[in-house]
Amino acid sequence: MVSAPPAPKFVVENLSVQYPDGTESLRNVSLQIPPNAVTVLFGPAGGGKSTLLRTFNRLNDLVEGTRYLGKVLLDGENILSPKVDLVALRRRVGMVFAQPVPLPMTVRENMTYGLELAGESRRSKLVRSMEEGLRAAALWDEVKDRLDEPAGALSGGQQQRLCLARVLAMQPEVILMDEPTSGLDPISTAKVEDSLQTIKKKYTVVIVPHSVQQAGRLADWAGFFLQGELVEWGEGKNLFIAPKVKRTEDYVTGRFG
Amino acid sequence: MTKRRKLLEFVIQGLIRLCGYSAIVFVALIFLFLLQEGLPALSEVPLSSLLGARWYPIQNLFGLLPLLLGSIVVTLGAAVIAIPFGVATAVFIAEVAPRWMREILKPFVEILAGLPSVVLGFLGILVLVPLIRTGFNLPTGLTALTGSILLAAMSLPTIVSVAEDSLDAVPKSYRDGALALGATKWQTIWRVTLPAAKSGVLTAIMLGLGRAIGETMAVMMVTGNAAQMRWDALFYPIRTMTATIAAEMGEVARGTTYYHVLFLIGMILFLISFLVNILASSMLFRAKKRAERMLS
Ligand SMILES: Nc1ncnc2c1ncn2[C@@H]1O[C@H](COP(=O)(O)OP(=O)(O)OP(=O)(O)O)[C@@H](O)[C@H]1O
Ligand SMILES: [Mg+2]
Repeated sequence: MVSAPPAPKFVVENLSVQYPDGTESLRNVSLQIPPNAVTVLFGPAGGGKSTLLRTFNRLNDLVEGTRYLGKVLLDGENILSPKVDLVALRRRVGMVFAQPVPLPMTVRENMTYGLELAGESRRSKLVRSMEEGLRAAALWDEVKDRLDEPAGALSGGQQQRLCLARVLAMQPEVILMDEPTSGLDPISTAKVEDSLQTIKKKYTVVIVPHSVQQAGRLADWAGFFLQGELVEWGEGKNLFIAPKVKRTEDYVTGRFG
Repeated sequence: MTKRRKLLEFVIQGLIRLCGYSAIVFVALIFLFLLQEGLPALSEVPLSSLLGARWYPIQNLFGLLPLLLGSIVVTLGAAVIAIPFGVATAVFIAEVAPRWMREILKPFVEILAGLPSVVLGFLGILVLVPLIRTGFNLPTGLTALTGSILLAAMSLPTIVSVAEDSLDAVPKSYRDGALALGATKWQTIWRVTLPAAKSGVLTAIMLGLGRAIGETMAVMMVTGNAAQMRWDALFYPIRTMTATIAAEMGEVARGTTYYHVLFLIGMILFLISFLVNILASSMLFRAKKRAERMLS
């Protein structure tokens, strides 16, 4: 069994995920995601990283007929159970996508929408969360004068940080990021990566990086996925410097994938 | 060789230009003709009579207001029924219905769009008219409401089909994004999917209602065609401008006052549809611009 610091945020036990067309995207995966750390899921295309991420907030449910086997516990509670309140779960577990998805509203509305959905209507609170979120995502200085412009008018990198800021404003417990910097230039990427270092003090971060280098830079903990299997799991520094499994070593040193 | 090609190019361009210009010339000619035949009415009939409430051409009473009222009531009624119903159906098909149901409903709706309006009018007389009469306990089922329902039915397939296409074209990532923020399915549709598809949905409404507004046959068959002014016109027979022209043009003698007044009605229709078109395209243009900025 894998080991992690006490009281993991997520415990995944023998998880298998099958899409309706029969693709088994995850096979018998077990791992534990520690709190207040950056966990990196990496590996070649089609390995099931996105699938695992989208299991954590049950976004896979949008694909009609997806089947889960096994358990995923968030603070000890099984989130795969049919009784789980998906809206409440998604408020606790926020997500940033590979493509920035600013909603068709202004910057300000993008920032407050999630909170308003959660029933927050006090203006002062909304304004404060908005500013905090934008600051944490290193975006405040760039957009503070453009809050009432449509979010689509921001640059791609700004849009992506807006999506991160929007999630932060909701103060979730976990933040999932699926290749959040794949469409960004190196400077924006650096900004996002930097903000992760502050963010992880308060939140649990699970991220699928867009390169092995980024995986190495960010990982406190890391898991290597290959065709639906978790090949190796460990602390970031060990896994990238001295992988135990040959297939991990080959991938990390660039011999395949 | 190149000379021949140049000549060919020249001829083709000339032909295309000719087609384009001739369309404009035709519209202008039609309008001029309307003016020539309709304007005399303004000098032949006193304005007070034209703005009167009674349309009795035989007694030289040419009040246009009841006809205008008839057209407006029927068209607005159709819009009020068709827009919410059509958009809701499109949302259902695009966002709510399971896949197999979508695959049946979509082609079904598209077939409905091809139904000739006379057939609908026929169905209206057979089914709708008696239903309205007994349902609202009215002396006759030939009412403005009947016409509105029929027109709505006629524009629905277009509205549903076009609006569904534009909802379907909203990227899946938008829905993912909203749902991941903790929006419910309904909130996602209302705040994200529909706004993102706004210009397409507006186009759908314009196209659908556009078909209904110009429609004459079915309306003539079910609205009773009595020119009268009353506040509860919706539940009584009315007479629309289009129906008036269609029914009476064949009976009047050329060059008479009556004849000129019918053309005046034609002019008014022309003006109205011109204004509606301008309004619609400017609205669409703005919605598109806005959507582009939001989405880009
Ligand atoms: N909606 C779906 N329906 C059917 N199969 C799917 C679906 N989404 C993903 N899959 C399949 O599941 C497997 C894992 O996909 P997943 O997206 O989780 O991989 P990934 O590790 O994120 O890859 P990438 O690095 O390319 O993003 C793949 O074989 C993929 O084809
Ligand atoms: Mg992926």
